[in-house]
Amino acid sequence: MDFSDTPKEAEFRQEAREWLDANAMRGTDTTGKFHVGGGDEEAALRNAKTWQAKKADAGFVGVHWPKACGGRELPPSFTAIYQMEESDYVVPRGFFEIGLGMCAPVMMRYATSEQVREHLPDMMRGEKVWCQLFSEPSAGSDVAGLRTSVRQEGDEWVLNGQKVWTSGAHFSDYGILVARHDPNAPKHQGLTFFFIDMKSPGIEVRRIKSIPGRSNFCEVFFNNVRIHDAQRLGEIGQGWEVAITTLMHERLAVGQASGTNFDDVLALARTAELDGRPAVEDSLVRDKLADWYVRDKGLEYGRYRMLTRLSRGEMPGPEASVGKVVSAAQVQQVAKFGMDLMGAAGIVDDARLVPAGGAFQLSFLAAPGYRIAGGSDEILRNVIAERVLGLPGDIRVDKKLPFNELPTGTA
Amino acid sequence: MNFDFSDEQKLLRDVARKFLAKRCGTNVVRQVLDGDAPFDRDVWKGIVELEWPGTAVPEDYGGIGYGHVELCVLAEELGRALAPVPFSSSVYLATEALQLAGSEAQRRKYLPQLAAGEIVGTVALAEGTGAIRPSAIETSYDNGKLRGTKTPVPDGDVADLLIVAARSGESPDDVRLYLVDSTSKGVTRDSIHTIDPTRSHATVTLQDADAEPLGSGDADWTVIERLRDRAAVLLAFEQLGGADAALEMATEYAKNRYAFGRPIGSFQAIKHKLADAFILNDLARSNCYFAAWALSADADELPIAAASARIAATEAFEYIAAENIQTHGGIGFTWESDCQLYYRRSKLLALTLGGVRDWKHRLIDQLEHRTTAPLTTAGAK
Repeated sequence: MDFSDTPKEAEFRQEAREWLDANAMRGTDTTGKFHVGGGDEEAALRNAKTWQAKKADAGFVGVHWPKACGGRELPPSFTAIYQMEESDYVVPRGFFEIGLGMCAPVMMRYATSEQVREHLPDMMRGEKVWCQLFSEPSAGSDVAGLRTSVRQEGDEWVLNGQKVWTSGAHFSDYGILVARHDPNAPKHQGLTFFFIDMKSPGIEVRRIKSIPGRSNFCEVFFNNVRIHDAQRLGEIGQGWEVAITTLMHERLAVGQASGTNFDDVLALARTAELDGRPAVEDSLVRDKLADWYVRDKGLEYGRYRMLTRLSRGEMPGPEASVGKVVSAAQVQQVAKFGMDLMGAAGIVDDARLVPAGGAFQLSFLAAPGYRIAGGSDEILRNVIAERVLGLPGDIRVDKKLPFNELPTGTA
Repeated sequence: MNFDFSDEQKLLRDVARKFLAKRCGTNVVRQVLDGDAPFDRDVWKGIVELEWPGTAVPEDYGGIGYGHVELCVLAEELGRALAPVPFSSSVYLATEALQLAGSEAQRRKYLPQLAAGEIVGTVALAEGTGAIRPSAIETSYDNGKLRGTKTPVPDGDVADLLIVAARSGESPDDVRLYLVDSTSKGVTRDSIHTIDPTRSHATVTLQDADAEPLGSGDADWTVIERLRDRAAVLLAFEQLGGADAALEMATEYAKNRYAFGRPIGSFQAIKHKLADAFILNDLARSNCYFAAWALSADADELPIAAASARIAATEAFEYIAAENIQTHGGIGFTWESDCQLYYRRSKLLALTLGGVRDWKHRLIDQLEHRTTAPLTTAGAK
């Protein structure tokens, strides 16, 4: 029960820290909390690409990837160590996580070695941005219910349909995609997986305006988009299995919801007044603060427990869903409570007029998305119940019927 | 980084789990619930034979000289088994108090006996309802004699050695610890009925009972707070063990109980309830591990870590203890069902050493005044 690195981990941590000290500024990233989508995005992307190239050249990208794929082939704990160190610095975030965390592992597993050599170096250095095209208007939590179709024509496939909630599609060069090749097969069996060039003819990307008013979510429309069969990942009909592999990697890539946290609300409670006294002296406030602190720390120490498993070469299991479920709910609760502490002025959404530069208001507006994206609260609870506790699956009406015979609703 | 128990500690856990599964099933807990005995003598005898009471006592004082992480391992298993024995009073409280503040002579005299299970000890803090704080203590020490009433005292009816918190002078804040032989003149002990009869409690009345100060008389409130912090970590591990056992019981039932033609565990209303329990247990486990580290390293973070572990483990155990009954439905409400054992124990442990409100206040006090580096740097140590 200790926090000591192994000698090799300590050496690597030192290397990472020295490199970060030389190349980045230490501090809390207040703007990065809310990722891209606001301000001058093009400039932010250029900046992020420059940073990513530097980081890749220094050997801090793909730390646990095989050497053949451009990685250092170190245990997964080394990746986590780098991420821990990097979190103390202000660096560009929000552009490459999906590509490196989800697309790359799938490419390494299912693409040809030639394709890996062609695409991974660009991905690592941030020269090409990748996105993930899974969700559809009628396939959110039930992603296997997707309707985007592919039809084989000789060496090519023809793609038609629509994806939604694709993060960063508007600045992405490539994407991974799952589509339905056989609507007559049961839903999970009629799917095939591809990677596509996002600049292909027939692709139209539209930004989505979400509750906070800004986000990097997009809708992507496909109109007779042609994909070469060489870009198929996995066998025809194996699409669901490949998608599940991707989603398992999501656990390592997408850790937790970000937004106003315990430190923010403690700072606010020290300055805000209730009944003429600092809010932090109020019993109700202390009760809430204590709960949030304990949850925050539970997640932080949970990451140390996961790091321990990664050090032994294990990959994160379904229990890693805990971090996302807890943090998403907490961001929302903390944001609402912070606004309550401001009294009537809590409604003001103007960085110049409210404490914390309006971070509580922005978190309040963004939080509902965290509880849905990357596995909704409900789906992740199912995952914990079925895959960790071993409870039986729900009775399904959609597993054996041909996809095109399944009932559909009106929403 | 190894933020987990070591292989040796896991071996100890396996041995403990096997021993308790064999000798301390819920049938044994129920015998204490239904009977008159204050604890199970057979289980206690086995625990003493395994030398668990001396786990964290140095060899020089008759113990086996492991650390406190090993004691956490055992606490989790005792909690899991709902062991009806005076282990926590004698080990987490009395033994710890002597190790923290006892004089050399006191440690030489008592630690070997406590480690060998020849005597049982306890610490008497509470005096009726309300938070445990100096101003709430009216028992007083004067010229070698103690006078006052302590209640509830865990294992106060079976302990040989009482360590009593009492006022030592005129100032209400000057509260210190005193050693009392429970068989001496002026000590009256009355068993009291609690919500969990599987752990014995008593009212101890002291009428000019002979007492000696713990240590050189300087075991004041700061020592009491340190003792509470240390014991809180161990109690949190008992809660964690109980919470895991209750979740296993609920999960097992949800898999095998059919309603509406299917296992009730296939309904999301049950799944999500039990997933929430898993989440709370997991958060509690992470907080407990950090507290185990802080306890064993005697780190500056101990007060914060202990409070956090207590808060998380209390929430986890109370939640699943109640929802285990709910998952069972009517059968879970019967006397025959073991659900009640977890329900009773969860509330008992939640209030031992002070309720969750106390710990929350203590946590925020510490966070407001902390001068040590933020805990987030711990990973880089």
